[in-house]
Amino acid sequence: MSYSTAKIADLIDGKIDRDTLHQMLSTPKDAERFTQYLTVLQQRVPWPDRIILPLGPKLYVVQQADTLRWVIKSQAGYVFCHWRENWKLHARVRVRHSQADLAELYPRLMAPSQGWQTLREYYCPASGDLLEVEAPTEWYPVIHDFEPDIEVFYRDWLGLPVPERNDN
Amino acid sequence: MNAPTHASRRGLVRGGETLKQHRDRVLAATRASGHYAGLEQMALRDGDPILYNKLFSRLRAGVVDARETAKKIAASPIVEQEGELCFTLYNAAGDSLLTSTGIIIHVGTMGAAIKYMIENDWERNPGIADRDIFCNNDCLIGNVHPCDIHTIVPIFWEGELVGWVGGVTHVIDTGAVGPGSMATGQVQRFGDGYSVTCRKVGANDELFRDWLHESQRMVRTTRYWMLDERTRVAGCHMIRRLVEQVIAQEGIEAYWKFAYEAVEHGRRGLQARIRAMTIPGVYRQVGFVDVPYAHEDVRVPSDFAKVDTIMHAPSEMTIRADGTWRLDFEGSSRWGWHTYNAHQVSFTSGIWVMMTQTLIPTEMINDGAAYGTEFRLPKGTWMNPDDRRVAFSYAWHFLVSSWTALWRGLSRSYFGRGYLEEVNAGNANTSNWLQGGGFNQYDEIHAVNSFECAANGVGASAHADGLSHAAAIWNPEGDMGDMEIWELAEPLIYLGRQIKANSGGAGKYRGGCGWESLRMVWNAKDWTMFFMGNGHISSDWGLMGGFPAAAGYRFEAHQTDLAQRIANGDPLPFGGDDPDVAAYEKTIPGARIKRDKQAITTEAMFADYDLYLNTMKGGPGFGDPLDREPQAVLDDLLGGYVSTPFAEGVYGVILTQDGHGHWQVDAKATERQRALIRKQRLKLSRPTRQWMKEERARILAMDASTQVLQMYASSFHLGPRFEADFRRFWELPAEWQLREEDIGIPHYGSHHHMDLSELPDVHLVQLVEE
Repeated sequence: MSYSTAKIADLIDGKIDRDTLHQMLSTPKDAERFTQYLTVLQQRVPWPDRIILPLGPKLYVVQQADTLRWVIKSQAGYVFCHWRENWKLHARVRVRHSQADLAELYPRLMAPSQGWQTLREYYCPASGDLLEVEAPTEWYPVIHDFEPDIEVFYRDWLGLPVPERNDN
Repeated sequence: MNAPTHASRRGLVRGGETLKQHRDRVLAATRASGHYAGLEQMALRDGDPILYNKLFSRLRAGVVDARETAKKIAASPIVEQEGELCFTLYNAAGDSLLTSTGIIIHVGTMGAAIKYMIENDWERNPGIADRDIFCNNDCLIGNVHPCDIHTIVPIFWEGELVGWVGGVTHVIDTGAVGPGSMATGQVQRFGDGYSVTCRKVGANDELFRDWLHESQRMVRTTRYWMLDERTRVAGCHMIRRLVEQVIAQEGIEAYWKFAYEAVEHGRRGLQARIRAMTIPGVYRQVGFVDVPYAHEDVRVPSDFAKVDTIMHAPSEMTIRADGTWRLDFEGSSRWGWHTYNAHQVSFTSGIWVMMTQTLIPTEMINDGAAYGTEFRLPKGTWMNPDDRRVAFSYAWHFLVSSWTALWRGLSRSYFGRGYLEEVNAGNANTSNWLQGGGFNQYDEIHAVNSFECAANGVGASAHADGLSHAAAIWNPEGDMGDMEIWELAEPLIYLGRQIKANSGGAGKYRGGCGWESLRMVWNAKDWTMFFMGNGHISSDWGLMGGFPAAAGYRFEAHQTDLAQRIANGDPLPFGGDDPDVAAYEKTIPGARIKRDKQAITTEAMFADYDLYLNTMKGGPGFGDPLDREPQAVLDDLLGGYVSTPFAEGVYGVILTQDGHGHWQVDAKATERQRALIRKQRLKLSRPTRQWMKEERARILAMDASTQVLQMYASSFHLGPRFEADFRRFWELPAEWQLREEDIGIPHYGSHHHMDLSELPDVHLVQLVEE
């Protein structure tokens, strides 16, 4: 099964029709999806760097156009760090620790309780976009939640050439 | 009299092996070859694929048919309405080859019981014969919780054992300290209720009279117990008959090959799906749930259990280049004096319930996936306890909340590949559980466990909102049930059933909302009820900017004047509850109300006309809420899924009403509001490393609640690598130490414990790395 790039764009936009969605869910996966997906996303970012791997709706591993370095970059263009690092350590964070701060997000009695749970909202320093929310106890180390093996993914799993990378 | 030894006697298994010899051979061949039972080639599947698929289709249809037919025998609405049952077909080694729909966590748990019988030589004593019936619900050997009762029947062909069939139902009561199938009042296994270890309960297809007499008086709800057992036996016998017919028509050789190749097929299928859907790499995530036992409304028998604690389950998922994977739960917290512990088998087997809804949504659900997965569950943790006293009655409290983290890990890979249709921010913590008992409207001793939370909110995807009031992770066929049926089963009248606004986590795509029902006690005598859910912690984080689902609370009202109000035709509390308004109390001003965050309680007395609010959780959200289509927020308002303060404050959508009271989006004001929120975010936040300096100072000062301290201390004790990572991240000096004994709360079990394996003549089945 394969889908037109326009259908993949519909999926990204949350406007996929139900018949196609059902087909996507119930039939074997289309291996070419990744390439189509990157094509659509690449057209929608305001910078020239090549997207290597999307990490979120507004977060990417990219190959910088000028240096060929792989970095983690936001939709708004903020460069966080080397692609193997934890980007959250280079973001801005709001930590909701007090009951008053937690209660801003939920009706009375429906927020987590102070002393049991915190909310940590990681923002893009350039735009204020909310990129991730962690909800651990106090003291919890910032979670490095994904370390992809991009070389194996491109080369061995998808049969694609691995984009050039400057590690200097 | 000398008993025959393994070496000298002819075994039961086809070909003459004993069960133990057979299982050992299968395991050795699997280890040596990397293929299940050494099946590097699948002769039947490759040589005669039409016959292979015919066998698969007939047997799979048969086990599903058995479930659908047998459940009509049950009287319990948990089985008949909610579908809390499952049937699974096993090969002679106790590995599952096919399962029905339903509570498929038991793919592994009933297999673990069969393996326990094999490893402990049930073949010799009590003996295993054609038309025997065995019963098991022992959580120390793999069951989830005591209310899941297994019926296991061996399958013979021409005098030789060729497999097993197991059936399970979730019964409504097991005679625990408190009524209801997942009680909270006990803190040890001895209070969990009736526990049966692979007991032979019938022969020649007939249940023993001593078993019938004993078992029905061990539980409160005898009629449900008896009919549930007939449900299980009927389903098992249907499947046994089907297998006999298939063998008669297709030959024993073909069936025998199928019974092993199907498992290898399942193993290879998982590996292929991992390569087709994910990205190799390392994924880390974590889950938590609250155990608020210091509260006065948690009345347990032991002072050492009266502590607030937090259960902790970090997980590292490694997907390798060859498509194999490993799930490591290093750093998980210790088991505790409550009923939320889990056996390693229920933990790992339950993960397949989840995976069938995402990674392997096929009909080929069997032990192949388990053979294709490496699990590491450190011994002594809540999911692999090292003490034979632990209780399991509501193991699901944290099972659901620890697995929800795995959705996030998998979803990062689906998102990266563009398979947005597969992304799911997580599942709901499936609660509240309304439970209790006493004398019901039929003047019988009764227990209730409302399974309304078989329909919670679902996590958001990367292309759409999560389904509302729709599903439970543990039963893909779950349903909320009909009010009329619940009113027949429980002395509780419905005064409301409504969507729970704001219960789904906010996001570009929001989590599905939960719902709630308001119940009035009516025609009950000597009645009790309690609450079972998460109140202080929302277990279900959002993903990629989405927020967690809302946490829970309790509402109960006693000494109401509802009898008089009904007689007078006065207004009554109806419908759902907006906790910001608290309207119920205004209608019954003289009542004694409990409205707070204590979402776990033990048995409290309820009289007729008392009220109980049963709230069901929502799912977590996906993406930044400020990126949500404003029209979708308006639709949510009109549908009852979100209220105006949160439309404005969380989503940044300004909604106004025209002169006719019709709501509309103010697009320009929304744009301004969203820009303002983004500015506020930057103003109220700071660089992560700056916050880390402050947090580090708090750690050095031991500035945290006792429940947080206890959680870290127990995780450090059992997870040295977790502790080392923690110390490295926070750059803690060597003299900084956190031990349970230094916190100042009881810590029974932290150093002194005794595992079931230490009992004489007990051979446990270990299926994970510890």
